[in-house]
Amino acid sequence: MRRFLSGDEAFAEGVRLAAPEVISAYPITPQTVVVEKLSEMVEDGSLDAEYIHVESEHSALSCAIGASAAGVRTFTATSSQGLLYMAEGLVYASGGRFPIVMMNADRSTALPWNIYGDQRDSLALLDTGWIQAYAENAQEALDMALMAYRIAEDSRVSTPFMVNLDGFILTHTYETVDIPDEEQARAFLPPYETENRFDFDSPKNIGFSAGPETNYIFKYKEHAAFERAVGVIEESERSFAGIFGRKYSGLIDTYLTDDADYIIVTLGTIAGLCRDVADKLRSQGIKAGVIRLRYVRPFPGKEIAAAVGSAKAIAVLEKDISFGNAGTVYTNVAAALQWAGVTAPVYNFIGGLGGKDISSDDVRRIYDDTAKGTDRVTFIGIEGDAQ
Amino acid sequence: MRADQLDKNEYFYGHKACAGCGGSLAVRAALKVLGERSIAVLPAGCMSAVGFNFPQLCFGNNAIISMFAGTASMLTGVEAGMRRRGYKDFHAVGLAGDGGTADIGIQALSGAIDRGDDILYICYDNEAYMNTGIQKSGLTPYGARTTTTPAGRNIRGNIRPKKNMFEIVAAHDIPYAATATVGYINDFIDKVEKASKIRGTKFIHVIAPCPTGWGIPVSDTIEVAREMADCGLWYLAEYENGKFTLDRDPGEFKSAEAHLRRQGRFKHLTDEDIDLIIKSRDEKWEKIRREWK
Repeated sequence: MRRFLSGDEAFAEGVRLAAPEVISAYPITPQTVVVEKLSEMVEDGSLDAEYIHVESEHSALSCAIGASAAGVRTFTATSSQGLLYMAEGLVYASGGRFPIVMMNADRSTALPWNIYGDQRDSLALLDTGWIQAYAENAQEALDMALMAYRIAEDSRVSTPFMVNLDGFILTHTYETVDIPDEEQARAFLPPYETENRFDFDSPKNIGFSAGPETNYIFKYKEHAAFERAVGVIEESERSFAGIFGRKYSGLIDTYLTDDADYIIVTLGTIAGLCRDVADKLRSQGIKAGVIRLRYVRPFPGKEIAAAVGSAKAIAVLEKDISFGNAGTVYTNVAAALQWAGVTAPVYNFIGGLGGKDISSDDVRRIYDDTAKGTDRVTFIGIEGDAQ
Repeated sequence: MRADQLDKNEYFYGHKACAGCGGSLAVRAALKVLGERSIAVLPAGCMSAVGFNFPQLCFGNNAIISMFAGTASMLTGVEAGMRRRGYKDFHAVGLAGDGGTADIGIQALSGAIDRGDDILYICYDNEAYMNTGIQKSGLTPYGARTTTTPAGRNIRGNIRPKKNMFEIVAAHDIPYAATATVGYINDFIDKVEKASKIRGTKFIHVIAPCPTGWGIPVSDTIEVAREMADCGLWYLAEYENGKFTLDRDPGEFKSAEAHLRRQGRFKHLTDEDIDLIIKSRDEKWEKIRREWK
């Protein structure tokens, strides 16, 4: 069935199809529509779930962890300050190997207070042991909701999954979305089965302390699960294509990179504009290409290096800055390219902070600067006196 | 139910709590009442620190450590999840200390009571952050010396009274709330049993002395806990169906001064300090006797 939906609404449809049994919800702009839609689905009976009105994001994740430890599929959603308020729970959920799926509406973080989209919230929490995916459009958001459960709950992975949607640009814009039917969803996503749950016949102490003698083994296992997740993502996408007829390209999505001289590596909705500009530059004889990161954890280091090939220079465009260094995506990409022996220069462009528009002229300038060579880190729009 | 009629199975066994630990007694007794079909949620604190050391895991029933602020919210999720799996006859029980309850965990607790979640929350109150080495919590009583309320020349210990957790919880119109002490263990056991049969959110606040933090011999835990209720510095009460009930009026109080003087944490108190504590006790009891018939 095709419907005209916002990113938030599309994601809520994906969650409905995944049929979580416990949903803990606390509102925050621009995630709010998701929890509103889910409450309507529970009310009208199209989703049979316990809908819990928690009193904070910290409790939202704490409740989801409790329900996951009870062995049921769970969902929660947040954004920005809410995600940061959950931060303690993020490491808790991943360390406990609870495959919770959460939608995060990527939004700027205070201060200054700002409700618009950038990716400083989720990227600040890359090290918390969650799979992190970034959707580009509403269809991908819906599809990622389903795939997130399948990947997270796979016993080879058992890792929580955060699907990120650019605040407002994706969460609140409308497009036509194909909503799969429930039978297809059930065929794709089996019921959640796990041994990592309470059991009255064989009682378990699930969360515990582990001292220096054993702690590192648990941490290594979390890391190893991310390496296995790469294969599970591929498998899930193959199965997804078989059932739903839509193909996804794994950890990254490439555009005209095969012979590209200049490549922008980016993530989220801005990739569309980058592809438009690349098309225009191509018509002028400039070999431009785009790599969109669909996943930032597990990090597609090898895939990026392969797609970069023998490009002359690379730009990383992101809505994030790790103050005192560079954008976090940049440091990840640069490290991966260095490891892969890519010697082309890699430049970092910071844009879109607090929802600032990134224009096609901005993107064109990124390609220009990348071709000419520029500073390691450039804040789009900050020049001369503005500094 | 009397203590000697309890389940012979142990559900909190092989832990490394200190000798004379009141908290471990409360946990042990509560889990014996609730039995094997219970899921215990414990936040950071003494009982999780002594019971959950991989690979030596000391809970005989299902158990999990929650986030410090998340005892009640995790209970909510556990209860909802187990109910979704089709279980009806089980108990989701929280066992949190005073800091985990009255300070960092009070928001989640308030949220759970507000939702009416079917959980039992037990606060074992040793009156300070004992696990981290005796720091003041919201339930540390007036005058007590802790490592963050030192008794010096300028300030003599904790200058704030104990937070009124029982009445704060009751103000939510919770189905059942009670106070107890490990000094009257049968009363505590009865209250756990009673709570276990009530639907909705239940809260029990049990005094559990910490010999290390209180500065008492390890053999005196029960005696001091009992004395605290007998001298009126604690009270045994219930809140049910919108009404407070005083379960036990000691009549003439035992000496509060003697009770305080035997504890290292109050050793520095002057006669005036003790008079102030007694005055505040008397005011409290005037209200209790007037209103909690």
